[in-house]
Amino acid sequence: MSVFNLRVNGQSHRVDVDADTPLLYVLSDDLALRGPKFGCGLGQCGSCTVIIKGEAVRSCMTPISTVASSEITTLEGLGTIQKPHPIQQAFIDEQAVQCGFCINGVIMTAKAYLDRNPRASDTQIQQAMSGVLCRCGTHTRMMRALQKYARGGR
Amino acid sequence: MTPASKVSRRNFLKGSTALVVGFGATGLVARFGLAPSRSAAQGFNGAPSNQLDSWVAIAADGKVTAYTGKCELGHGLLTAQTQLIAEELSVPFNRVTLLQCDTGLTPDQGTTSGAQSHPTNFNQANLAMAGATAREILLQRAATQLNLPAAQLVLRDGIISSRSDASKQVSYGQLIAGAKFGVALNTNAARKPQPEWTILGKPVPRIEVPAIVTGQFEYVHNVRVPGMLHGQVVRPPFVGATLERVDEDSVKGMPGFVKVVVKKNFVGVVAEKPWQAIQAANRLTVTWTRGPALPGYSNFHDYLKNQKATRDTFTVNTNDVDEKLAGAAKVIKATYRYPYQMHGSFASSCGVADVQGERATIWSATQAVYPLRDSAATVLGLRAENVHIVFRMASGCYGCNGADTVSYDAALLSQSVGKPVRVQLSRKDEMAWENYGYAFVIEERAGLDAAGNIVTWDHEAWSPVMGGRPGGNAPGNVVTGMLAGFEPAAFAARSPAPDPTNFGNNSNAAPSYVTGCVGTRCGGTGKVASQRVLTHNIRSPFFTGPLRSPERLQNTFAHESFIDEIAASIKADPVEYRLKHLADPRMTRVVREAAALAKWEARPSPRPGNSRTGAVRGRGISCVLYEGNNGYCAAVADVEVNQSTGMIVLKNVYIANDCGPISNPVGLANHLEGGAMQGLTLALLEEVTWDGEKVTSIDWKTYRTLYFGVETPSIHLKLINAEGRAMGAGETAVTVIPAAIANAVFDATGVRLRQVPFTPERVRAALAAR
Repeated sequence: MSVFNLRVNGQSHRVDVDADTPLLYVLSDDLALRGPKFGCGLGQCGSCTVIIKGEAVRSCMTPISTVASSEITTLEGLGTIQKPHPIQQAFIDEQAVQCGFCINGVIMTAKAYLDRNPRASDTQIQQAMSGVLCRCGTHTRMMRALQKYARGGR
Repeated sequence: MTPASKVSRRNFLKGSTALVVGFGATGLVARFGLAPSRSAAQGFNGAPSNQLDSWVAIAADGKVTAYTGKCELGHGLLTAQTQLIAEELSVPFNRVTLLQCDTGLTPDQGTTSGAQSHPTNFNQANLAMAGATAREILLQRAATQLNLPAAQLVLRDGIISSRSDASKQVSYGQLIAGAKFGVALNTNAARKPQPEWTILGKPVPRIEVPAIVTGQFEYVHNVRVPGMLHGQVVRPPFVGATLERVDEDSVKGMPGFVKVVVKKNFVGVVAEKPWQAIQAANRLTVTWTRGPALPGYSNFHDYLKNQKATRDTFTVNTNDVDEKLAGAAKVIKATYRYPYQMHGSFASSCGVADVQGERATIWSATQAVYPLRDSAATVLGLRAENVHIVFRMASGCYGCNGADTVSYDAALLSQSVGKPVRVQLSRKDEMAWENYGYAFVIEERAGLDAAGNIVTWDHEAWSPVMGGRPGGNAPGNVVTGMLAGFEPAAFAARSPAPDPTNFGNNSNAAPSYVTGCVGTRCGGTGKVASQRVLTHNIRSPFFTGPLRSPERLQNTFAHESFIDEIAASIKADPVEYRLKHLADPRMTRVVREAAALAKWEARPSPRPGNSRTGAVRGRGISCVLYEGNNGYCAAVADVEVNQSTGMIVLKNVYIANDCGPISNPVGLANHLEGGAMQGLTLALLEEVTWDGEKVTSIDWKTYRTLYFGVETPSIHLKLINAEGRAMGAGETAVTVIPAAIANAVFDATGVRLRQVPFTPERVRAALAAR
């Protein structure tokens, strides 16, 4: 076990975990955050995505020891129920949710991409999302929400 | 209010507060941001489910709490049911809190499945009648209190007042004030007529969405109980393997290690943290004895047809099919093949259990809290009344996924360590052992007269089954139950099939174009009088279970492809040819509406003038009355086929749907869109594979599905808001899409795809054989 100091959504946390523990388990278990989720544990679905240094990172494949000094943003860090971030608001407006388990991967991946590529075309957004999975078939609504956000929902 | 009712209300709320606090790992506040005062509740043992108090409670402040046994699975049902209660009681939507699926709180409504929630709770029974009965009682009491005839009273926003003098009024809270109603549901209570709806039928946004998109929503995966440990299971490496030995020393001393748990062939480890449990499960040395070899994957459909022990069922048999076929001017035949497919839930399944002595609480994403209570009691050797199941949503289940089995996993581990245990399955354990959707071989034959009309329809199908929903007392129907020593439900061979005594549609085994006559009663939607529908079940080497539109999708793929083949054989327009053989006016309407939405051009398939190289477009139609009585749907698919790569792109899909009165049009649209997309991925990509000893579809690389980044179709909807009975909408669109795509590919290329999935390899092979 090793002690790590983490910065998550602007707050400092001190955790004592095995050094090879993937970041996801620290976030979802030690810190009880509900945004990043375990979907596959293989980096194949995107549900564990967090943003570190502006990049979408799959936390299920990222050992805690490699990110302990970085600022980590999770879905909770974007907005709240009372004051959602515009990208979250776009999903509410479009009702672009079925079970919603994939939403974390969709929003965090898109947010990181659109922050770096604010003028991205619809096709580019679609391509940027190509490693993200949804099983309920909400693809078309979620793309509509992302396009709405990209076009000025911000 | 009488002193007696004050006392009873105080006791009532006191008991209920303790109840809710005691149940929730995190409670209602965290779940939906609701204030605790909104959770006025009923007693633990409740009244029987025909008692109004089992369904509705009204607090002194006028807030309404309702109880349902039909759970939110990501399809908007919680919101729609909340609308229903708000509408029937004439209170604002946000004054209603609906509590769902908890064996300590809610009525036993069996399983949330099969597109049955809308018909069950929105017609003249159950939740809808609870709302209507409560309104009737309130109206009667107000009439007494105000000394006015009920006919002179109006209900608005939880206030009942005189039509002529609004100062004469009383609130629901004043009338009931947390006391019990103490009456049975009145099945004759008047429902609010559809034209008067102001909440039901409206596009009310889903309650959970703000919490979901901000990472606040509590899925079952987020349930945390004080003192909770983490478990991981060790499944056998081969199908049918049995446990020989577990070397506990191989994990002793690992960080956080707590215990290895073994029960017959069930093996699991418990540790303090989830990553530690995973590490220990990976390192644990377990020796297994191999099971028998699996039937071959590549010739599995032939294997199905050659099995001797079958369970045979006639859906219809007019005993004249052979004669009609012999006398037909033309006989058309085709064979369709369908693979095992997965629920493949986005999140691997998770459960949390706290088993302490004779009592257990299990937080589960099961579709069936009461049946799980009973079967978990069997697994644990406890009394059912001492097992408490609390539903928490997981990712979309689409049927019997791993939710029940992982609930047993958590329960067995918790029982062994005497502490709460959370288990989330690995991706592989989810995929390699779930209850797959049924594989099928379907042979269709039709006899035509000289004018090209169908005079007889012959359908014969073979499909493997094993296990299924664990129900009340069959835990062996899912993998953990079987590993722990319970057998799957016995396979009862039966051949030949007995004559049908009643038309039941049998999961759309009967095509839409037959009369469905058994004896003098006809339950079908078509005109073809001579018909034989025979199904053979075979024991499956893998667990099977209901996957969104179970059997209905497979049968409809065959029927709706075959009617298209028949139409093409006589150069008839596929829409006109269907209409010619349909008798049901609502079925006819969805076909016409979908065709109109798609600007359907009447002509035979294939499309004239399409090149035999490059990309070509085509359109196809398909329709169904789900299960013969539960939702009408037709879809037109507009596809592009790349004849070099064999890639199919669904460009547009046009869906007309009639499920009776629409309870929430956004929810319905989301459901149909999701169904269309799931139909697309099932049709083009999904197939469970295996080798001689094990399933080889174990992650998203070995079980292909629809990622973002692919071109997705524009989905165009015609929502028919019909009067009458509420029907299911959850499984209609998914049912019709695979055939619509296959028919569109035929229209584009002249090539008929008879085996799902329509992979590029299969499409290229079919094109090369053209």
